[in-house]
Amino acid sequence: MRAQYPFSAIVGQDALRSALLATAVDPAIGGVLAFGERGTGKSTAVRALAALLPPMTVVDGCRYHCDPAEAGAYCDECAAAYARRKPRTRSVPVPVVDLPLGATEDRVVGALDLERALTQGVKAFEPGLLARAHRGYLYVDEVNLLEDHLVDLLIDVAASGENLVEREGLSIRHPARFVLIGSGNPEEGELRPQLLDRFGLSVEVRTPRDLATRVEVVRRRDAFDRDPATFVRRWQEEEAKIRRQILAARRRLPGVRVPEPMLERAAALCLSLGTDGLRGELALVRAARAAASLVGAKSVTEAHLREVAAAALGHRLRRDPLDESGSLVRIERAVAEAWGP
Amino acid sequence: MSPEDTAGRLRDAIAAAAILAVDPSGLGGICLRGPAGVLRDLWLESLRCALPPGGRVRRVPAHASEGRLLGELDLEATLAAGRPVIASGLLAAADGALLVLAGAERLDRRTAAHYGRVLDERRVPPVRGEAGPTDEVHLGLVALDESEGDDDPPAAGLRDRLALHLDLEGLRATRLDPGPSADAVIAARTRLDRTSVPDALLEELTRAALLLGIDSARAPLQAVRVTRIAAALNGRAEAIAEDAALAARLVLAPRATRVPAEDAAPPPAEPPPDRTDVPPEEAEPGADSLDANADLVLEAARAAIPRALLDALTAGGAPRAARAAAGRSGAEVRGALRGRPAGVRAGAPDGRRRLSLLDTLRAAAPWQRLRRAIPGRAAAPRILVRRDDLRVRTYQSRTETTTIFVVDASGSAAMHRLAEAKGAVELVLADCYVRRDRVALVAFRRTTAELLLAPTRSLVRAKKSLAQLAGGGGTPLAAGLDAAARLAAQILRRGGTPTVVVLSDGRANVALDGSPGRGRAEDDARAAAQRLRLAGAAVLFVDTSPRPAAAARELADTMRARYLPLPHADARVLSRAATSLNGR
Repeated sequence: MRAQYPFSAIVGQDALRSALLATAVDPAIGGVLAFGERGTGKSTAVRALAALLPPMTVVDGCRYHCDPAEAGAYCDECAAAYARRKPRTRSVPVPVVDLPLGATEDRVVGALDLERALTQGVKAFEPGLLARAHRGYLYVDEVNLLEDHLVDLLIDVAASGENLVEREGLSIRHPARFVLIGSGNPEEGELRPQLLDRFGLSVEVRTPRDLATRVEVVRRRDAFDRDPATFVRRWQEEEAKIRRQILAARRRLPGVRVPEPMLERAAALCLSLGTDGLRGELALVRAARAAASLVGAKSVTEAHLREVAAAALGHRLRRDPLDESGSLVRIERAVAEAWGP
Repeated sequence: MSPEDTAGRLRDAIAAAAILAVDPSGLGGICLRGPAGVLRDLWLESLRCALPPGGRVRRVPAHASEGRLLGELDLEATLAAGRPVIASGLLAAADGALLVLAGAERLDRRTAAHYGRVLDERRVPPVRGEAGPTDEVHLGLVALDESEGDDDPPAAGLRDRLALHLDLEGLRATRLDPGPSADAVIAARTRLDRTSVPDALLEELTRAALLLGIDSARAPLQAVRVTRIAAALNGRAEAIAEDAALAARLVLAPRATRVPAEDAAPPPAEPPPDRTDVPPEEAEPGADSLDANADLVLEAARAAIPRALLDALTAGGAPRAARAAAGRSGAEVRGALRGRPAGVRAGAPDGRRRLSLLDTLRAAAPWQRLRRAIPGRAAAPRILVRRDDLRVRTYQSRTETTTIFVVDASGSAAMHRLAEAKGAVELVLADCYVRRDRVALVAFRRTTAELLLAPTRSLVRAKKSLAQLAGGGGTPLAAGLDAAARLAAQILRRGGTPTVVVLSDGRANVALDGSPGRGRAEDDARAAAQRLRLAGAAVLFVDTSPRPAAAARELADTMRARYLPLPHADARVLSRAATSLNGR
C-alpha cells in the first residue's frame, strides 16, 4: 500500500478543499464537479480526503459494505441474513473507487457473474463499481468524455442511493450511496447542461499562478515522493485536526438551523440568476449548512450562503453566448444585486 | 539547423536514455516523437545498453486488447476446466520493464486511460470486482509517437504523465555516441536517494514552467526528478544549474505553450502568501543564489523549444499539443458496447464485446447429446460449451458527425459574411450538446487557408478561435477547399462522418501557390473542388455573394455539393441547412 499524500498538505486549491469537506460533512449535497487543467492534483485531493476520514464499520462479508447501524438500509442479502441476529462487523477504509473512462455499463452497474454461470450453472450477480463505492467516493476522471448514458446512470444512482439492476435475467437492488466526484478539462468537451445541474457543487481548479505557491506545491510533492513516511508523519497532527473538525461538524449538522430569512435569500438569488428547478437552491442551502457546521455555528447566516454560492450555483447558469464574463463574476454580480454588496 | 544544434540535441537524446534507465517508473517514461528509422532504433539501442542487467524492454502494439493488457477471464480454459481461469495481463507481467509502445498516437483514449492509471497507482486494477489488492507494478513507458503535421499526438492524459519528451524529427545520425554505461546507471541508482536538488534550482524550474505557460503541476515536479537523476549520473551529491538546464530542455521546453520574452526579468518579488503552515526547515532560499541560476535554466528551456512548436507559438496559433488536446474522443470510443442492440453473432467476448449467455447456451444445446457421447465427458459440467458456441452481443452506434465550416474571410466576403458564419458555427455548436457532434472551422484569406478550430464540441475553445478570426485580403478558394478535403479525409479515416459547409462567393483570385490572378486561381479552385468531392464528404455550398452567379453554381456542381444561394443569410437559416445535410 502506497502512502497517501496528506490532505492538509495540499497547497492552495481552497475551493476544491472546501467543497470536498462540505460533502464529507453532508454527503447529501450530491457530488462535486472539479473542472480544470491537467495535473492540478484533483485526484490527489479526493484520495487524500478519503484517507483522512475515519474507517467505517461494515457488516462482515457483505459485498455492499452495509452499515450495521442502519438495519433499515440493508441490502437484500443482509436483510435476509440478519433479520433476527446481529451481524459481525469489521472496519474498512472509506472506499474511493475509480471509474475509468473506458468502463462498460456491465462493469459499472454489475452484471451476471459469467464465471459462476458457466462453471456452476448458478445465476449470480457480480457487483459492479457502484457497489464498491457504496458509502465512499466514486471518482470519475475526465467525466466530460464519459459516455452520456453512463453519466446519466451515475447521477441517477447517486441521487436515489440505490442501484437497480434489471438485465440478463437478474433483478437485483442494492444500496449505492456515494459521493460522485467528476473532474475534467472543459476545453476538451463539455457536459450537457442537464448533467451539470445534477452535480451538487462545482469548482474550477487552476494551477496557482503565483510563483511562491507553485514552488511550494513542487517542494512538498517532491519531499513526499522522496520520503513518504517522514512526510506523512510531519503532517499527522494537521490531519488529525481536520478529522476532528469533520467529525464534530457531522455531529452538529442535524442541529444547525436554517432561519426563514436565509431560505428566502437563497430563493431570491436563484431566481435572479434564473437557475431552473430546485436543485440549485437545495444544494445552496445544504452546502451553507455544512459550511456553518464546519465552523461550529448554530445557524446559517448570510456569510455562509455567500461562501458557497459560487460552488453551488456556478455550473447551473444558463450559458449566454453574448456574455463573456465567467460564471463567477455573474454570481458575484447577482449576489450583490440580491443581497447588497 | 546548425551543426552545433544537431550535436546538442543528439547529446540530450543520449542523456535522456540514461536518465530514463535510472528510474523508469519514477519518471513514468518518455514520449519519443519521430518517424521510424535508423535514429529511433539507435536511441532504443542506447536505452537497452544503459539498462542494468535484468532490465527488460518489451514491445507492445497500440492495439493490444484491454483484456490482454489488464488480464481477463480465459473463457476457453474456464470452460475446459470447469472452474474460473484468469489469464494474467501483460502489464502485470511487465513489472520492472520498459514498455515500448509503438504507434502511441493511435492509442485510443480508453487504452491510454488504462496506461495512465497503472502509471499513477503502480498497480493493475483487479480483473474482477472485489479481488484483493494486486502487486505493485513498476513500469516505464516509451511511447513512440509517429504523428506528423496535423495528426493528433498521443492522448494528453498519457503524455502529461511521461516526464521526458524527446523529438527526433529533423535529426539525422547514423551512429550515436555511447552514453553512460549500465554500471554508471547502477551507481546513479544507489546514489539517487542521497542526491539533493537545492531549493533555488527547484524554484527556478518552477518559475521556468510558469513562464513557459505550462499549467500542469506535474511538469516542474518531473523536472526536479530529472535534475536529481542527472546529478546522480554525474556523481554529484547536489545538483547544479547544468543538471537543471538539461531537465528544462527535456521536460519543460517541449511542453511550452508560450515563449517567454527574451529579457524576462524575474517577476517582481511577490509577497509570500501566508506561509505559517510551512515547516521551518523549508525556509526561503537566499535571493542571490536564485539569480545566478535564473537565466541559465529558463534560457536552456527557451532555446530547446522544438522548432515547429516555436513557429506555431510565435505565429500566435495554438500549439499542436494544446490544439489537439482533445485527442481521439471520436468514433473509436464508442465501442461495440454502445448504441442500439443489433443482434448477436458468433465470436469470443473481449473487453469490448459482452458474451450473450442465453444465445451461447442456445447454440450449445442441440449438441449436448453428441458431446456427452465422447468418452470421458459424461461426468463433465452440466452443459458442454465449446468455443464455436460462443455468441456476443453487438450494438450499432451512429458515427459521430463533424461539420467543417470553410469560411471565406477575404476582403470581398469578410465584411458582410464573417459575422454570420461565426453565428452559425456557434448555433450548430449549441446543438452539439444534444447530438454530440463536433464542429471545425477552416478560414481562408490572403494567400492561405488556416485550420482555426480543430474538430471540437467545446464552446470555450470555439469561441476563442472565432474571436481571433479576422477578415481581409484575397480569396485563395483552392487552398480553403483543399484544407477542408484534408480534414474530411482525416475524419473519415477515424470512422467519423464529415460534412463540409463552404461559405464563399466562389470568386477565387489567389492560386494554390499563393500568386494572385483570377485565371489560375479559378482553375485551381475547380481542381480543388474535384478533390473535395473525392474526399467523400457531403458538401453544402453557400453562395454568399449579393448577386448569385453561375460560376459559383458550377463550382458547387463540380464538388457535387448542395447549392444554396443565400444573399441575405442569417445564422439560423445556415445552421438549419447544415443540420439537414446530415440527414437529421
